[in-house]
Amino acid sequence: MISIDPRDPRPLYEQVVEGFRGLILAGVLQADDKLPSVRSLATQLAINPNTIQRAYRELEAQGLTYSAAGKGSFVTAAEPARDQRKAELLEQFDRTAAELQDLGVTADQLALRLKEGTSS
Amino acid sequence: MIEVKDVVKTFGSTRALDGVTMTVPRGAVYGLVGPNGAGKTTLLEHIAGMQRPDGGQVLVDGAPVYENLDTKAKIAFVPSDLFYLGQARIRDMRDLHAIVYPTFDQARFAALSHLFDLDENLPMRSLSKGMTKQVAFWLALAQSPDLLLLDEPLDGLDPATRRKVWGAVMDDVAERGMTVLTSSHNLRELTDVCDHVGMMEHGRMLLEHPLAELQEGFVKVQVAFADDQLILPQDLNVLHTDQAGRLFTLVVRGSAEQAEAAFGQLTPAPTFVNILPLTLEEIFIYEMGGDRNAR
Repeated sequence: MISIDPRDPRPLYEQVVEGFRGLILAGVLQADDKLPSVRSLATQLAINPNTIQRAYRELEAQGLTYSAAGKGSFVTAAEPARDQRKAELLEQFDRTAAELQDLGVTADQLALRLKEGTSS
Repeated sequence: MIEVKDVVKTFGSTRALDGVTMTVPRGAVYGLVGPNGAGKTTLLEHIAGMQRPDGGQVLVDGAPVYENLDTKAKIAFVPSDLFYLGQARIRDMRDLHAIVYPTFDQARFAALSHLFDLDENLPMRSLSKGMTKQVAFWLALAQSPDLLLLDEPLDGLDPATRRKVWGAVMDDVAERGMTVLTSSHNLRELTDVCDHVGMMEHGRMLLEHPLAELQEGFVKVQVAFADDQLILPQDLNVLHTDQAGRLFTLVVRGSAEQAEAAFGQLTPAPTFVNILPLTLEEIFIYEMGGDRNAR
């Protein structure tokens, strides 16, 4: 369902979280869909089950999934993932805009670029 | 699950184990790393009950393991030099293990055959090194041990088989809480499966940590300054410094947050700061190098 990139320097559990987030955002995993069991994913990816568990706890902490006792983890809805992604991208946007302004691009030029971009 | 206390072992004039102390918690997947000659194989053989310490204790589940049949019945050891009876076919080794190990399950052996593309009627001596290793794993997994000991386990196995074998091991860890102690040079692979790491050198344990603690306890900081002079924040534990052109690369003991905060407060501020995680390999190298510098 998800894959791990051995060259990615980020911790494994983060990659697992990202993998599921991507699937939720893309609508491949939808509200109330069940995530694979910790055991099956650990076996399939050949990584430590604790890593999977940590990722699943993180997904739940971020509101992207909920767990039912004895049954497993399920996707909440697409909204939390989308809101989170929007916030992340806006933060990135601010940093990119700041760097562009450092390089001499004005706020007006940026606004114009946005307008022209959306109309085409 | 495993407690090694101040173990000493001498072979002739060689002190192979020089006061090793180590703890492996139940259910852990513990990676034992160290340079060649550090004593990893000797230590594993002690834990398998194949060697008796000259000093100190080797306890598995609270009891000394040497000549302790009850304890040894719960342990499966896949050594780097594999043993089999000269004329045996795979199925004969299977039957031998079924006699020796109370928990060995013929049905489980049969069920695991999908992992290994091997006919059980093949003679052991006709197998390549990699295939022999696969049989060793096959037998160990069919035993469903409480403790799985692996010495350089993936030597000779192709990447696809490695993945299948580790997958099966992780399955047992998840399902039965099996404890795994593995030695390896392949640090990349250890990072995927281990949750504890111990580093050995010269017959002693240098350090042992939960892996997450290690990974989150070190960072690499790339930094550059306007006047090309390196300024270090106070109280920053820098293990190593490298310079290439204007770019300084530091290895720092601490978390990414701590490093970011420390460099964020620096005046004058650096013109460039980038904080990266360290691979297990890099931590290994710096910890080993650091210790040498301290002597």
